[in-house]
Amino acid sequence: MTTSRNIPDRLRSPLEQSLKSWESLLFLVAIGIFIANSFASPYFLNAWNLSDATFNFTEKAMIAFAMALLIISGEIDLSVAAIIALASTAMGAAVQVGVGTPGLVMIGLSVGLLCGAVNGYLVTGLGLPSIVVTIGTMSLYRGISFIVLGDQAFRGYPPDFAFFGQGYVWWVVSFEIVLFALIAVIYAIILHMTNFGRAVYATGNNVTGALFSGIRVGRVKFILFLLTGLMSGVAAICLTSRLGSTRPSIALGWELEIVTMVVLGGVSILGGLGSIPGVVIAAFVMGLVTFGLGLLNVPGIVMSIVIGALLIAVIALPRLWSMWRTH
Amino acid sequence: MKRISASRELLLLIAIALLLALIASRFPAFVTPANLAAVFNDTSPLILLAIGQMIVILTKCIDLSVAANLALTGMVVSLINIAAPGLPMVVIVAIAIGFGILLGMINGILVWKLAIPPIVVTLGTMTIFRGVIFLLTEGKWVNSHEMSDAFKAVPRTEIFGLPVLSWIAISAVILFWIVLTRTTLGRSFYAAGGNPNAATYAGINVGRTQFWAFTISGALAGLTGYLWVSRFAVAYVDVAGGFELTVVAACVIGGVSIMGGIGTVLGALLGALFLGIIANALPVVNISPFWQMAISGGAIIIAVVLNAQANRSPGRIILKRAEHAT
Repeated sequence: MTTSRNIPDRLRSPLEQSLKSWESLLFLVAIGIFIANSFASPYFLNAWNLSDATFNFTEKAMIAFAMALLIISGEIDLSVAAIIALASTAMGAAVQVGVGTPGLVMIGLSVGLLCGAVNGYLVTGLGLPSIVVTIGTMSLYRGISFIVLGDQAFRGYPPDFAFFGQGYVWWVVSFEIVLFALIAVIYAIILHMTNFGRAVYATGNNVTGALFSGIRVGRVKFILFLLTGLMSGVAAICLTSRLGSTRPSIALGWELEIVTMVVLGGVSILGGLGSIPGVVIAAFVMGLVTFGLGLLNVPGIVMSIVIGALLIAVIALPRLWSMWRTH
Repeated sequence: MKRISASRELLLLIAIALLLALIASRFPAFVTPANLAAVFNDTSPLILLAIGQMIVILTKCIDLSVAANLALTGMVVSLINIAAPGLPMVVIVAIAIGFGILLGMINGILVWKLAIPPIVVTLGTMTIFRGVIFLLTEGKWVNSHEMSDAFKAVPRTEIFGLPVLSWIAISAVILFWIVLTRTTLGRSFYAAGGNPNAATYAGINVGRTQFWAFTISGALAGLTGYLWVSRFAVAYVDVAGGFELTVVAACVIGGVSIMGGIGTVLGALLGALFLGIIANALPVVNISPFWQMAISGGAIIIAVVLNAQANRSPGRIILKRAEHAT
């Protein structure tokens, strides 16, 4: 696939640029969905309902931020949902021998980091294509969960462990949404305000160029795999705490929803392009669509049609538009 | 080049032989011809899909919608069978292939005309196809008693001692081996994926080649859709859920390079058989079937590592030689 980047002879004004940007388009879509939803169902504009709706996307979005950086750098990690399963299984096994909440959190995060490190080593250390490696580790990680649990489930998490997925910080503001916002800010700073963030873009745009500019491409990618693993560990803690049990099929299929979220957020799957605000809005769009249709009694699988169509449409429509204009 | 790819398939063949020998050492009944034929039959759907997927991957694309295509086409032919039980099976099979082609062409058009990355396109169509099944049926199952006897009989009908399902897989292997090695289209798949720029200069329309790859993958997925629902005599939304990754795994184990341009029908066949043998052997050797996922995951990683070592880019070596020469 060849992508040609045209260099314009006149730069657009910053205002025009931000108005025409992907993020503002997506923001309009989000507002539109919000308004349509509030007309469609009387139950939509209710603080508690809206708060509940955020659980649809907070855990996925936490991973999506790290995944966005990874995809911008030109790699992908399809094993994230399997890492959730493995981390959750490890936590569940620890509960059976009486480990307390702080220990569980440590275990969840460590398993995430470890899985991320394995992915990172296979991709950057051995130079293998990330899409295949992570399809492999996806089977491997979830497979280990299946070996440990089979058709059983781990239960009996300590009561204070429930806070991560079920606790509220203030009124309707859940712990998860606060964590989501915090992580979004951290990743926005990492990507948009640090040298490391510039290195991520450079790596994704032109690996050879980045290498010749003194960027340690391998290390950048390895760190991104670590971060993605770590965020999967965080998501595993939240999800396990929210569900209160662990089955090996936990978070099944999330990897594709997370990639959808990232791509919907304007991150180019070919690398080098994308922003954290875009992913934040995409998370809200997916959450609102799921929640709004849910209130209208539309079954979950129909929502997936909408999400799938959205994924293709948001990329296809601008291209169709420019094709139509040039003809 | 040819020698390397031949040795890779030989390596896999040896691995399969060792695997069979290992199983046979404790459970000789597993390697009887009758049981091996049953294993082959059981693996046939995976073989069919792996061939289609391999062709798509050859052109530097990926088709994640194959399992959803299979499920949707299977449901469509089941519903047609309920509506018109008298319809001859030849027509049903033709509809299955035709409908699969249609779904494959949707992927192909989006990749070709709009240049949307294939992984995004097929991720989207995967969820859409599954969703459409739900819209068609409102989540209801089509059960065995609703399907006509002829509908269910086709894949199990035996010809020369082998079920039709196996024969279809064998014919597909032969057909696509000929297509890939003896036709212009087949060579253009390799060219389009091996070096898209060079292919364009050689007069090959890369986009259109990718379109045909998706069409073939769709046709095979559609055909497999009918065979799948008629064999298991049930159709529902989640038929073959997650199977797309098993199919990709079969290709990777079979030595197909995800970067495009490298892979053979024989490789895809052997990769599928490797996974099929493991799946069928686990219950026999008394290992919980829950081990299957981790084993195939490990197999994928080992296969990728081995393939990468075999493919250490030959371009660089030539450059070094040229350097020394000057």
